[in-house]
Parts: sequence; structure tokens; C-alpha cells
Amino acid sequence: MHLHVLDQYRHADSPVHRLDPRVKLVAVLAFILACALTPDGAWLAFVALALLWLAVTLVADVSPGLLLRRGLIALPFMLAAVTVLFSISGNPLLVIPLPFTDHTLAITDNGVVRFFTIMFKSWLSVLMALLLSATTIFPDIMRGLRGIGVPNVLVGVIGFMYRYIFVLGDEVLRLMRAREARMARGPAGQKHGGTVFWRARIVGGMVGSLFVRSLDRSDRVYNAMASRGYTGEIIWPDKPALHGADFAWAGAFLVVLVVIELWARLL
Amino acid sequence: MTEINGHEPVLHVHDLRYTYPDGRQALHGVTMHVNHGEKVALVGPNGAGKSTLMLHFNGILKGTTGQVRVDGMDLVKDNLGVIRAKVGLVFQNPDDQLFSTTVFEDVAFGPLHMGYPKDEVQRRVHMALHMVGVGDFAERMPHHLSVGERKRVAMATVLAMDPSILVLDEPTAGLDPRGRRALINLLRGLDATMLVSTHDMPLVAELFDRMIVLDGGQVVADGPTAEIMADPALLEQHGLEAP
Repeated sequence: MHLHVLDQYRHADSPVHRLDPRVKLVAVLAFILACALTPDGAWLAFVALALLWLAVTLVADVSPGLLLRRGLIALPFMLAAVTVLFSISGNPLLVIPLPFTDHTLAITDNGVVRFFTIMFKSWLSVLMALLLSATTIFPDIMRGLRGIGVPNVLVGVIGFMYRYIFVLGDEVLRLMRAREARMARGPAGQKHGGTVFWRARIVGGMVGSLFVRSLDRSDRVYNAMASRGYTGEIIWPDKPALHGADFAWAGAFLVVLVVIELWARLL
Repeated sequence: MTEINGHEPVLHVHDLRYTYPDGRQALHGVTMHVNHGEKVALVGPNGAGKSTLMLHFNGILKGTTGQVRVDGMDLVKDNLGVIRAKVGLVFQNPDDQLFSTTVFEDVAFGPLHMGYPKDEVQRRVHMALHMVGVGDFAERMPHHLSVGERKRVAMATVLAMDPSILVLDEPTAGLDPRGRRALINLLRGLDATMLVSTHDMPLVAELFDRMIVLDGGQVVADGPTAEIMADPALLEQHGLEAP
């Protein structure tokens, strides 16, 4: 039983795969920052950023279609931006009367521009992060985080999260299977699965038992750490040196980002 | 104190009592020892206090009264770091023992916290992984390994610390016959002092000359495996079965 969804790495021998993880992390963070700084409605700049993403994806020998599909996972979160359609002042494009009241909601032109800007920004950021996880094994991402000075405690917490999400995921799968195995239908053909409330109570119980199990496990993991000399500070192996190629790639990528951002402001 | 050949035992426990925070008493005066080079089995029914006892060997739990000595050192706060390196405690569930994102980081965890330099850490990780027969696993991720492989790596995480005594909790639990056989061969081949808690009586008969029976938080038998196994009344009284 495994949550393969969480194993995003696609092995290939490309220049992007070979890059030092610190360089890749800095590049991805710079890309996300550039996305965030791009002014509202600078559509051509977003096209340029998308092309940059596409270029790196192709160099990395990763299927763009695969990443685009995975990128959809962020869609529900982007919908949180739907309120800006109404909340930014501008010329109303569409007025919706609210039922049972005298009030109306107006979608404004500025609101629409802001909404699509936010959509592009988040989508491009997610796509670049997906490219990072498709070309970098997770331990390397951790090494990269340590390398760029993220505090040890934070890196440790991220590491534990990654390590135990598989263990917890397996536990959830087992609980669900145990439930499924007992979701039988009575001989008289009663309604399948009971009422919604009854099922909600079962799920609540599962969540509770998962929490208790996790708590117990964290105790045991801490014991295992203490048994091997842990006293409150995680010590990591040393980090390797950067190569010339890493600097060259990082430099080129950052220059392209700066050019796109300057251009976006001149548009 | 029991002394064999003028040496102090690696592990010496005297009249150890422990009460859980909820008031339940788990250990009722345990006295036992393990000498250098011995391989000893610790058996007893569920709830006998085996795991609780093991957590006392390196000070994870502290008895209400009683004494624990490792290599002649009292288990007190100042010795805790050294004693944790001397007692290689391997937990039953390898998912608790292996908490890092790569096998290398996990096996390096002990040596790094003992303060060894980079080269020595590398050497120890390499050596420990080879000892358990998974020399090429360093860059693997624990969640990609089988249970048997994880158990081996879990052993390597303490072997890398070069402990005076290996303390294993249920090493064969959850393994299929092939995995179990591989683990038994591994234990037989390890030239180390070890104390192994287990329900696997055929394993005890095959590998251990001496066994200690724990029940109700007390040592109820301690002696040659052959003698204790030949006493079905005693075994049955403590919820055990001869193989």
C-alpha cells in the first residue's frame, strides 16, 4: 500500500536534474517572487513566464502535459480568489441582485483583471514548484533547504512530515479498508451504509483514532531519537560544494526573470 | 554484583521498579544482568513489562527505585550520552526507528550526534550497512523499502554507533518466513553482546543459550534455554509454549 501521489520525482538524466538542489530552490523561489511581482494585466509577461517554465520543463525531459494535469490540484485553492471579482472598485460589468434583499453584487472590470492575474500567478508558481519536485528527489530538496539557510528545526519538521505522511497514509488506507469490509448490505436489502449522520460519526471516530495513533507514534519516534543521542538539536551531514555549471544556470535564469519583470513594467 | 572472569557485566539491573504516570506498576523489582559476549533472550507474555524494561536500559524511562549499570557506569544524567551510545536499542516497529528521509541520514544520525567527524561518520554508515547486508541502500528512502529491509536498516542505525550491547525488541515480528530466516542468520552472524525480547520461541531455542522469563514485571526464570524449555509447567504458567 502506498500513496504514490506523493512521490512526484520522475527520473531522467538532464541538466536540470543534475543541478545543485540549492540552485534549483533559489531559482524556483525567484520565479515565484517574479510571478507575485508581475503587475495586474501584464498578460504578455505571464506568457513569457509560461514560456520560460515550458523551456525548462523541456530541457528537464519532463512531460509538460503531466505537470499541467498535476497543476489542476491547485485549482480549488485558486478559487479562493473569486471574491476579488466583486471587491475591487471599477466599472461594473455584471450586476447580480442578491435574492431576498435589496442589495446587489457587481463584477467590475478591474476585478476581472485582478482575478485572472491571481489565477495565472498561482498556477505558474504551482507549475514551477511541480517541476522542482519532478526533477529533484525529496532528500535533495531538504539538503537544498538546509543549504540556503532555512533553520534546522523547520527542515526537520518538513522531513518528518514527508517521512510520516506515507506511514499515516497507509494507516488511513487500512482504516478505510476495514470500514469498507464491514459495509455490508442486510439480507432484506436495507439502505446501504446507514444515514449520513451515522457515517459522519464513523469518520469522526476514524480521525480521532488516527490522531491518538499519531500521538503514540510521535512518542516512540522521540524515544528512538533520544536513544541515538538526540538532545534537542538535529545535526545533519555536511553539504557539498557548488559547481561552475550551477552558477551559470542560476545566473542565466535570474537574468531572464529580471528582463521579463522590467519588460512587464514597460508594457 | 555478579562478576564473571573479573569483568563487570555489560548490563546490570538491580531491584528496578517502575510505575507508569497513570499509577499502574509495570516493573516489580527486576534484577538481571548480561555478560560480555552473551546472547540472551528475554521472553514473557504481552504486558509482562519487556518493552518497559528495555526503555530503562538507556534512560528513556527512569525507575522509581533500583539501579541500572552499563559497562560499570551508573545510569545518571551525566552518563546518559555515553550510555545511549553503549546501548543499541532497536525498536519493534522500524517505522519508529527510521525517521529520516534517507537511509544514509538515518544511519548517520547516531554517529553525528556522538560528535564524530565527517569521514568517520561515512565509514561507520558504510560499515553498518554492510554488516546487515544492505551496503547499497544509503540513498534509498525508508518508505520505499520492504519490512524486512527496514528491519535491517533499523539494526544498522545502532550498529553504526558501535554499541557494547544490542537490545532488540521483537526483531522477527511481522516478517514472513524468508525474512525471518534472513534475520536469524544476521543475528547469528553478528559478533555482539545482545539481549533480544521476543515471542518467537523457535528463535530462542535456535539462537540463545540463555533466556530470561519476565512476567508481571518480575524475572520468574533465568537460566540455560535448554533447561527452561524442558519445563513445560513453568512455561505454561507464564503463557509461553515450548517450540
